[in-house]
This record gives sequence, structure tokens and C-alpha cells, in this order.
Amino acid sequence: MISAGMDLGTQRVKVVILKDNQIVAKSQQISGFEPTKAAEEAFQEALQTAKLSREDIEHITATGAGVKMAPYADSTVSMMGADAKAGAYFFPSARTIIDIGAEDARAVKCDENGVMIDFVVNARCAAGAGTFIEAMARALEVELDDMGSLSLEAEKASPINASCVIFAESDVVSLIHKEEPKTEIARAIFDAMAERVSSMVLRLGINKDIVLVGGVAKDVGFVASLKRRLGTEILIPEEPLYAGAVGAALIAAKKAGRRRR
Amino acid sequence: METKEEKQEFWRWLEYHSVMPGKNWQNADIITAGVDVGSVGSKAVVMADGEMYSWSVMRTGSNSSDSAKKALEWAMEDTGLTVKDLNYIVGTGYGRVNVPMANKAITEIACHAKGANYIWGPTVRTVLDVGGQDVKAIRIDETGKVVSFLMNDKCAAGTGRGMEVIADLLQIPIEEVGKVSLSVTEDPKPVSSTCVVFAKTEAVGLLRQGWSKEKVLAAYMKAMAIRMSELIEKVGCEKDFVITGGQSKNIGIVHRVEEILGIKRLPVPSLEQTGLDPVSAGAIGAALYAKALHEKALRR
Repeated sequence: MISAGMDLGTQRVKVVILKDNQIVAKSQQISGFEPTKAAEEAFQEALQTAKLSREDIEHITATGAGVKMAPYADSTVSMMGADAKAGAYFFPSARTIIDIGAEDARAVKCDENGVMIDFVVNARCAAGAGTFIEAMARALEVELDDMGSLSLEAEKASPINASCVIFAESDVVSLIHKEEPKTEIARAIFDAMAERVSSMVLRLGINKDIVLVGGVAKDVGFVASLKRRLGTEILIPEEPLYAGAVGAALIAAKKAGRRRR
Repeated sequence: METKEEKQEFWRWLEYHSVMPGKNWQNADIITAGVDVGSVGSKAVVMADGEMYSWSVMRTGSNSSDSAKKALEWAMEDTGLTVKDLNYIVGTGYGRVNVPMANKAITEIACHAKGANYIWGPTVRTVLDVGGQDVKAIRIDETGKVVSFLMNDKCAAGTGRGMEVIADLLQIPIEEVGKVSLSVTEDPKPVSSTCVVFAKTEAVGLLRQGWSKEKVLAAYMKAMAIRMSELIEKVGCEKDFVITGGQSKNIGIVHRVEEILGIKRLPVPSLEQTGLDPVSAGAIGAALYAKALHEKALRR
């Protein structure tokens, strides 16, 4: 049984190919201005890695903000549904999946079978999504990948109006003028973002285990702030970026299985 | 030939200062000042016996106490006045605790209410103050006291700072955005994103689809006006209605808010003739409070 999952995010397209529910290939591309093309490229690359041809794929399921950009997909699944499936696949004990992408964030409550029970979404404010960290890294003039380790060096956070990306940008500029340590500014940014995300999670209640996925899960600074804020351990899969695609591929496998019978 | 490439700063608005012609502070009994340190603009007003004497409006720098000092000094430039001549100074605005020479700090909500009452008179009931980093809808009584208010200071949507970001993106000088946005024959659908960061992305997308800059600007301003109107409607809009703060100059916003609410704001008085500037409403209110506080101290 071979299936594929495509997650067409606002920033990246992720593709995963599963063979008997094991990941055999994964690939990603920047969505850019032509997400359709990016999706096609990512898909071809994944096929090459898996040494498969398109005909070998029994079912393709697409998800993500740009789900319409993959009309050739056999089915689609909501981002929340894909998150729940992937969370339970990575960690059978998962009951809450937090997915933070470039422009949106979700908290999904699920049962032991990876079926979604409830969810909360923020797609209206950039302060709770990956874009926030990117904008702040630019304002601080540090590499995005260095933001996390920088923040871990701080013992306290700078005072900052971090409820809004636009306001935080001007605040960061003034803090730099005041020669405030960059480490403390970085910490303030992650703390503020963790505050946003945790308020979303708390609306569902703390249901352990909590799994963090999405590109931001790779950021050690954010993970540390979120753990502090939620006061609990957080599980992170090896490839958090691919969670949506894995979830979609799992759903594709299930659909293909049904069709066979 | 030497060519110099310079990034134009479309958000940069004009700073200004002036003295009321024909006024002489030496003849006044009480000289007071109000300094309103906003997140984007710092405004200072000097009053002689409770009447407009001089004022300044300048950009707030990274240090708010410096900005407060500079704004007050600029308002007193070439007048012979020094801080020592001022009987009482009230600081207001988000940086009000950082006005070093102030005798007292008063919230900008109270000051805007007082200022609006002074500029337009006792009939004003609703004040929309659109500052750099916040929007306030204030209900006031006939004496200029605050009855109730609502404020958004958590999000750049609908604020002056949000407008600056879009002006910069579209490369339209901030002083002209209002006029330019009204050049479209009909308002397009407002941008769907509330968040300025997302609205920026949406605007880029619309430009790529072939929308004109004017049309994109109109779509953004419509969304901004809707957001402000929601705040006013929540607090309850009662006549007379006025707009203060930096965005009171933005006719694109003013026009759309009036259209949505179905109510016209009271006209803006001539700055040259009266010295009354809706942008400085907070500083005017602060200077008036300063006079009252000084008189109260004298009576003791």
C-alpha cells in the first residue's frame, strides 16, 4: 500500500510518501508565487527518493491553506484532521496537537485513534505564528536559526509590546538603540508568542500528552518558552515540519484501503 | 556624475511648530504647557492664560523623555520662553511618565476629552482618537469629562502605524494617502485580513493581480475605517462627533468612517487662525489641566 500526503502551506509545500504506513520519502519546496509548481516539484522529488513512479501511488490526499492548488489530489483533509492523525501516529499518547505554521497556529484535541474532538485556530493575527519570529529576527538583525539559542542565554525578558508584530518591530528598534541585550529581546519575543499559543491551548484545556508540530517546533527558544508557560513537557517528533503531510498520507492510505475492499 | 540612491521613507510625515501671531506671553498671568508623548508623534502646547500661544508636533524618537523635551523646546523656539517661565506642565500620552519636566501626568483619554471640548465646544459627545499605536472611542459630557471609552492598543490594525506600513509598501507619501485613496471611482471590497502583517501580504497579492495602487489603498483604508467604526459603535456614537489624533488629517479615513457611521464629524478649525489642531488635542487638554491645577495650587 503506497499513499502520498501533500501539505500546501503558506510558506512551504511538504510532501510525504508512505509505504505500509512507513515514511519512505519526504520533500519540501518554498511555496513562493507559484504554489502549484512548487507542489509538483516537491512531489516529483519525493517520488524520485522513493524510486517510485506516479502510477505507484494509490491515493493522494492534500491539506493546508493552498489545498486548492493541488486539484489532482484524490481527496482532501482539513489541517486539523491531518494534525490529529499525525500526532497519534508519532505518539500514541498524544491528546493535544499544537501546530504552528508560518501564518497560522492551531491546537487540536484528539482521541487515542487520532480522531479530532475539538480545535482552536488563530489565522487572524501574525503575533502567534512563525512570521512573528521571522520579522523579529530581521528587526534584531540576527539569523532566524540563531534566535532560539540567543534567547536561551537570557535570564529575563525585555519589556516589549509584543501583542502585535508591527508594534513589536518598533519596540525592538528602540530597545536596540537603548543597547538592550539581544538575548533578552529574543527571549521577550518567544515568551510573547508562547503566551499567545498557550492561551489558545488553554481554551481546549491541558490534555496530555501535548505534541508540538509545524516549522516553529524546531525552534528551541520557542519550545523552551512554551514549556515554561504551559508548565508541562512537550513531545516533538523528529520531523515536525512534515506532520501535516504525514497526517494527509495516513488518511490517503486509509481511503485507498477502503477502496480496495 | 555621482548618483545617490536613497530609500525614500514614505511614512515620514511633516513636523511643524508655530506661535500664535500677535500674542505676547509677557502679558499673561499663567503660562502652562501640555506635552503629549505618543508612540509615533510628540506634541507640545503652550497656553497663556488658557489660550493657545504656541505648539509643536514632531516625531517621537527612541527615547521618550528626550522627545518630550525636544517637543516642548521646539514649541517655545524664538519666543524667549524657557521651561522656568512655565507655571505648570502636564505630561500625557503613552510616554507620559517619561516627561521629566512635568509637574503631573494625566491619561491621554482624559486629555483628549478635555482637548476636544476646548477645540469644538460643549456639544461634542463622541471623540474618535486615532493615534500611532492605538485607537480610542471616547464618550464625553458637556464639560469635557470622560463618560466611557473603548480602546484598541493591542493590534496595529486601524492605527496610524498600520497606515504608515501600507503607505511605505505602496510607496505613496503618508501626507497624500487620503487624497489618493479617494481617487478611485468606487471603493473595492475591503482587504479581508485584520492583521497588518497579513494585510500587507494580501496587498502584494492584489498588486500582482493587476490592481492599481489607488485601488489597493482604498481596499485597505475601507478595512481600517470598518474597524474604527466598530469601536465607535460599541461605545455608542452620539452627536456631535469629532476625530482627533494623527489620522484626523487622513481624509480617506475620515470620509469612510463618516460614510459607515452615517454621521459627519465637526469641521476642523483653521490652524493659522485659531491654533487649534486636532492632532494636538491631547496636548491642548493637558495644558488646560495644567492651568486648572496651577490655579488650584494658588488657592491653597
